[in-house]
Amino acid sequence: MAKVMMKGNEAMALAAIKGGCKAFFGYPITPQSELPEYLARHMHKHGGVFLQAESEVAAINMVYGASGAGARVLTSSSSPGIALKQEGISYIAGAELPAVIINVMRGGPGLGGIQPSQADYKQVTRGGGNGDYYVLAYAPENLQETVNVIKEAFDLADLYRNPVMIAVDGLIGQMMEPVDLDVEVPKRDLPEKDWATIGTYGKREPVNVNSLFLDPQDLENHSFKLAEKYKLMKKNEQRYEFVNMENAELVIVAYGTMARIVRSALEILKNEGINVGLLRPISIWPFPEKAFKEFPDTVKGILTCELSTGQMLDDVKICNNGKLPINFFGRTGGMVPEPEEIVKAVKDMIGGLK
Amino acid sequence: MGNVVFKRSNGLSKKEFSYCPGCTHGIIHRLVAEVIEELGVLDKTIGISPVGCSVMNYEFFNCDMQQAAHGRAPAVATGIKRVRPDNIVFSYQGDGDLASIGTAEIVHAAHRSENITVIFVNNAIYGMTGGQMAPTTLIGQKTTTSPYGRDEKHAGKPIKMSEMLATIPGATYIERVSVHDPLHVRKAKKAVKKAFQTQIEGKGFSLVEFISSCPVNWGKTPQDALNWVKDNMIPYYPLGNFRSPEEDDKND
Repeated sequence: MAKVMMKGNEAMALAAIKGGCKAFFGYPITPQSELPEYLARHMHKHGGVFLQAESEVAAINMVYGASGAGARVLTSSSSPGIALKQEGISYIAGAELPAVIINVMRGGPGLGGIQPSQADYKQVTRGGGNGDYYVLAYAPENLQETVNVIKEAFDLADLYRNPVMIAVDGLIGQMMEPVDLDVEVPKRDLPEKDWATIGTYGKREPVNVNSLFLDPQDLENHSFKLAEKYKLMKKNEQRYEFVNMENAELVIVAYGTMARIVRSALEILKNEGINVGLLRPISIWPFPEKAFKEFPDTVKGILTCELSTGQMLDDVKICNNGKLPINFFGRTGGMVPEPEEIVKAVKDMIGGLK
Repeated sequence: MGNVVFKRSNGLSKKEFSYCPGCTHGIIHRLVAEVIEELGVLDKTIGISPVGCSVMNYEFFNCDMQQAAHGRAPAVATGIKRVRPDNIVFSYQGDGDLASIGTAEIVHAAHRSENITVIFVNNAIYGMTGGQMAPTTLIGQKTTTSPYGRDEKHAGKPIKMSEMLATIPGATYIERVSVHDPLHVRKAKKAVKKAFQTQIEGKGFSLVEFISSCPVNWGKTPQDALNWVKDNMIPYYPLGNFRSPEEDDKND
């Protein structure tokens, strides 16, 4: 199919349908409301279910129920709504159910604002709810990458029996871009959902979808089993892109919309003869720690750029392990920087290193 | 071989109940299991366990089950029923679960007239956490968090869920029953059957509220607890039908 001009939220909704999504449960919140609105118009044409829940809390528990009954399920929200969903996400991870969750991030804390932000990094990558668990989390930088990863997310969720979160900032949700919805994405070999509650129909023993383990030994065993799964995700699902790394004297680490702005800054710097590279995490959990071992020897420092006051910064510090000096540049609250601000941050850092 | 006059319902697993002596969960489980079996829907039923004393009833019902977060069973039931409309879906919830933390979920499941059946067990106390005050605790009733007796000036008056849910246009069948004596157990079974039939016929939201006991946390013997149900609970929570599909048919 040729490219079409679509608004981010609507393209994400269509990508979910193309990814095989059969049920959506959500609650309206800015800046993602066009996503459920699109599904309300189109889901039934594809044999799927759309339901507006009474709250985010109810919506995520509907996801739990529908996923537990074997359906491919999506919910979407924005930062404060995702916070409300964390209870259910923890149960979904605990009961090892697949689910795809789209978070069109806005500024916080509290009611915050409705402008684009990356201040949910920790909420997204640190579990967010109670207990020892992680969600696979992707932070694409443009609409094409976003729809591709959404289509793939349903397979990933089924493969790992784990929630997958797509964390885009409000800019990607709200802007229009040309996008091809029919780009082939990798397919995974998926196991049968023999754990799903669909009725025994006299063919098998009853099954139970559950995250309760009252015997501490059972819960420890379950937690270690989950930990093995997260280890496998770390091994197989780290995803990132390098830009302009050859002879780079500085590496910027940035994702999502911030990475796009950094790309423009790199051009300006290149024209001035300053060689700066970009490490763009696409998976933010697992964080692409492998990438830090691939920096060329020319790199003398790392600049972390985020639409927050510095959250991914902690992961950059962990992966750098004290090796190189790290600076931080961030705008937040819905403020989005001009490339020149990043150019200045780069020059300040290089000046300091000399 | 003689005639079998009493046996375990196929709707129940072989696992022994873990409930306290005198607790009526066992009777209520059995009634639900018998009805599901008698209606011939056991093999397509999916139940939802709550948080509370009956949290592990997924071990007792002999059908597919999902365990839900506290109060969220009606939302979980909604998710299941919407993607599996041909299955029979029921939730089993206590009064802390349904009448306190889960009020939004139960109200909106009724409001959407979700085609599910809710078994609501009201014993006026939080049992599993050790006998704290519930929204359903009677005035003057002593619990660990109302040690001087529930004071309506401090904690309000006990909430009447069946009456409240009956005001919701989407509610199809709502009945309050008790299991404090054999006569009422028989009546309760009829209500449970009617509730599941309402769902089987696709008529929408059905709920049966059981007035139940908690001898351990009430500090009473099992028999005294049942007497207390009769003498104190039922006068405040009158038994009977609050909504029925027939009445809705008449009004249409």
